[in-house]
Amino acid sequence: MSASIREVRTSATGPVLSVRDLHTWFELRQWGFLRVGSVRAVDGVNFDLKAGEAVAFVGESGCGKSSLARTLLGLHQPTRGEVIFEGRSLGTLDAAERKAYLARVGYVQQDPYGALPPFMDVRRILHEPLIVHGVRNRAERDQRAREALEEVRLSPPEDFLSKFPHMLSGGQQQRVVIARALILRPAMIIADEPVSMLDASVRVEILQLLRSIQIDHGLTLAFITHDLSTVRHFAERIFVMYAGRIVEQAEVNELLNHPQHPYTQALLTAISDPDPDNARQQREVPSGEPPSLLKPPAGCRFHPRCNRMIAGTCDQEYPPDLEPRPGHGTACWLYR
Amino acid sequence: MRQLLDGLRRLGQYPSALVGLAIIFALVGTAVFTVVTIPYGQALELWRGGDPWRMHPVNARPVWVDRIAGNNSPRTMVVSSRDALIEEEPFVGGSRMRIPLEFDFGYAGFPSELNLFLTSTHVEREPFVRLTWETPDGREFILGGRRLAREERVSISQDWELERRLGRVPHVGLFAEPADDRPPQVLEGRYRLTLDVISFEEDARVDADLVVYGRVHGLAGTDHQRRDLMVALLWGIPVALAFGLLAAVGTTVTTLVIAAAGVWYGGWIDAVIQRLTEVNIILPMLPILVMVGTLYSTSIWVMLGVVIALGIFSAGIKMYRAMLLPIRESPYIEAAKAYGAGNARIILRYMIPRILPVLIPTFVILIPSFVFLEASLALLGLGDPVLPTWGKVMNDAQTQSALYHGFYYWVLSPAALLMLTGLGFAMLGFALDRVFNPRLRTM
Ligand SMILES: Nc1ncnc2c1ncn2[C@@H]1O[C@H](COP(=O)(O)OP(=O)(O)OP(=O)(O)O)[C@@H](O)[C@H]1O
Ligand code: SF4
Ligand SMILES: [Mg+2]
Repeated sequence: MSASIREVRTSATGPVLSVRDLHTWFELRQWGFLRVGSVRAVDGVNFDLKAGEAVAFVGESGCGKSSLARTLLGLHQPTRGEVIFEGRSLGTLDAAERKAYLARVGYVQQDPYGALPPFMDVRRILHEPLIVHGVRNRAERDQRAREALEEVRLSPPEDFLSKFPHMLSGGQQQRVVIARALILRPAMIIADEPVSMLDASVRVEILQLLRSIQIDHGLTLAFITHDLSTVRHFAERIFVMYAGRIVEQAEVNELLNHPQHPYTQALLTAISDPDPDNARQQREVPSGEPPSLLKPPAGCRFHPRCNRMIAGTCDQEYPPDLEPRPGHGTACWLYR
Repeated sequence: MRQLLDGLRRLGQYPSALVGLAIIFALVGTAVFTVVTIPYGQALELWRGGDPWRMHPVNARPVWVDRIAGNNSPRTMVVSSRDALIEEEPFVGGSRMRIPLEFDFGYAGFPSELNLFLTSTHVEREPFVRLTWETPDGREFILGGRRLAREERVSISQDWELERRLGRVPHVGLFAEPADDRPPQVLEGRYRLTLDVISFEEDARVDADLVVYGRVHGLAGTDHQRRDLMVALLWGIPVALAFGLLAAVGTTVTTLVIAAAGVWYGGWIDAVIQRLTEVNIILPMLPILVMVGTLYSTSIWVMLGVVIALGIFSAGIKMYRAMLLPIRESPYIEAAKAYGAGNARIILRYMIPRILPVLIPTFVILIPSFVFLEASLALLGLGDPVLPTWGKVMNDAQTQSALYHGFYYWVLSPAALLMLTGLGFAMLGFALDRVFNPRLRTM
């Protein structure tokens, strides 16, 4: 199933990041030792990211987006599969190489206040990654902290260096988080719902900032969101996740204009129709519970909620990755 | 840091914190003063007792006790031959000297003891001295004659023959009105002890110090070994503060680090720490300390070590664990992992600092509890063998039945200092608790 998706993705430069058959399962135990099953947060994910592109992962809450991001960052050990960054599989790296990898990948979290140690000032917060990565010279660290603050438009940096996180607004805090993610000069940024906890008024600003930094530095940006409405402006490609898997992926406009997977179609109706007349239709589609990741439905994960389910097929076997339109991949039996 | 500074600023609003701080500063100031003026070695030397204290009275009350009681008890007087008008008559092969030791006695009470310390610089032949006591009303008592060694102590108070002659102990009889009434009345006026010395070497010199021991001494009084209690009361401050602080720091730091490591690594490490803590919590501290003190050593350093060792897996671990568990999951820790911070860095720089402000009040309140522990050990006779401490003063007082004999000062002054220490830290600690644990603030 992965083959077709990879073909779609083939590019001249080759991928920065390749994810192959990635599984991250969390074992559930009772009384500390009895295994009662696994939460299959990431359950067979494949994709490639080209250098310098921005992609968005969308999907409803609990579909495993954050787990995927954390697995890419090495915060969770994959149960199976591999993450290949710049040609090397993470599983084969030794401690020093792993640390070097972490410097190549920046992480922007959802809750900016929680993401900053409340007892450190901005200077210290920005120095920390540098200290960890052996930048001994204090003046150099200061210089880089200033640069990073300029980069995220917190200027003049002097005004912010000695502030503590609680003295900053949510937007400023998130800028500091972004500055911290940039300070080690990464090749890739993973942003997990970077604006969902911010005031609506600053969301676009922060997304624009991320986007412009990404373009200026030719970074690869993977950002997670469940807000399909803004994706168009900030990403080139979209991955739609459902129950631990990627069910559809394409260029932004292609995907938004021609959604193929019934789940994506449902998502798009749900967001793009403020018209109350369509409310019934809207409710109809993603109605029903998101599937249990502990005992995912057999066959297509979406089949209990799918209105186009093909009995005997969809509930029996997981659909392969298909390419109904050029460069547009989806995992749905409809396109066989 | 931020929380800390904010908190300290807010502390000013609590008068109890200021009083507590004032007490602590006063104690620390006195401790520094003590250590500078009475260096460690000298303090140990003094507290060993003996010769340095021979001119101090036994069990003298503090002067202020006497003042409060409205008495005019005698102070100690030292009458030295160096200030006396000595008449000297040399003769071939020796000399004859008359040394009058004169003093005015105007107290409303008898001295507690009377001793004469003599030194002689003769080489071979011992000089001879004859002592005559003259009272203000002109009566004379021959206190006998004797040959002098190079250092001689004449315990006039213990002259049984004289006591029999006077019908009273000498330091009372020699100062009493002639009338044979009881109780005896002090005869005020100028007394004179004349030493008639015959020296058999030409340049042998005799010096004398007559010590009329008082019944009050200094601000702290003296103990049964004539030691000035001030030495122990003062030296008790640095010892108590150092012990309390080191024990509190030692237990808090180790406990914190271990709790944080358990929370961070989880799994069997955490399980082992939890079980050890549970076992340690039910082990009683004091009996173990008593055992160590009895069987091994009562050195304050050994005790400190044992206290810290027993304190590592203390109940604090459970508390810290509960505070640290949610912090382990906080996004900023995840961020630190994501930029490659190691385990030690995360534990020491990211987890522990987060809860430090909350621990400050506990820490401050912990200090006096260790001070009390040390005093309790000393009171049980397990105090450091050489250090002067409050606990040891109380232990001495107890073994000498101080309260039974009415030497209240002996017990009360160290106890008051202990309470003052506890009070200072407690007042500061509770105010800090209000500041750093805002839930309490509204109460
Ligand atoms: N450390 C963990 N241990 C056990 N289960 C976990 C763990 N982390 C996540 N999960 C579970 O994995 C599933 C996916 O969670 P994840 O946080 O990846 O979802 P998400 O797509 O990011 O959702 P949201 O949009 O709400 O952030 C959830 O059911 C969650 O309960
Ligand atoms: S595979 Fe079948 S159930 Fe799944 S989305 Fe396609 S049509 Fe619906
Ligand atoms: Mg998430």
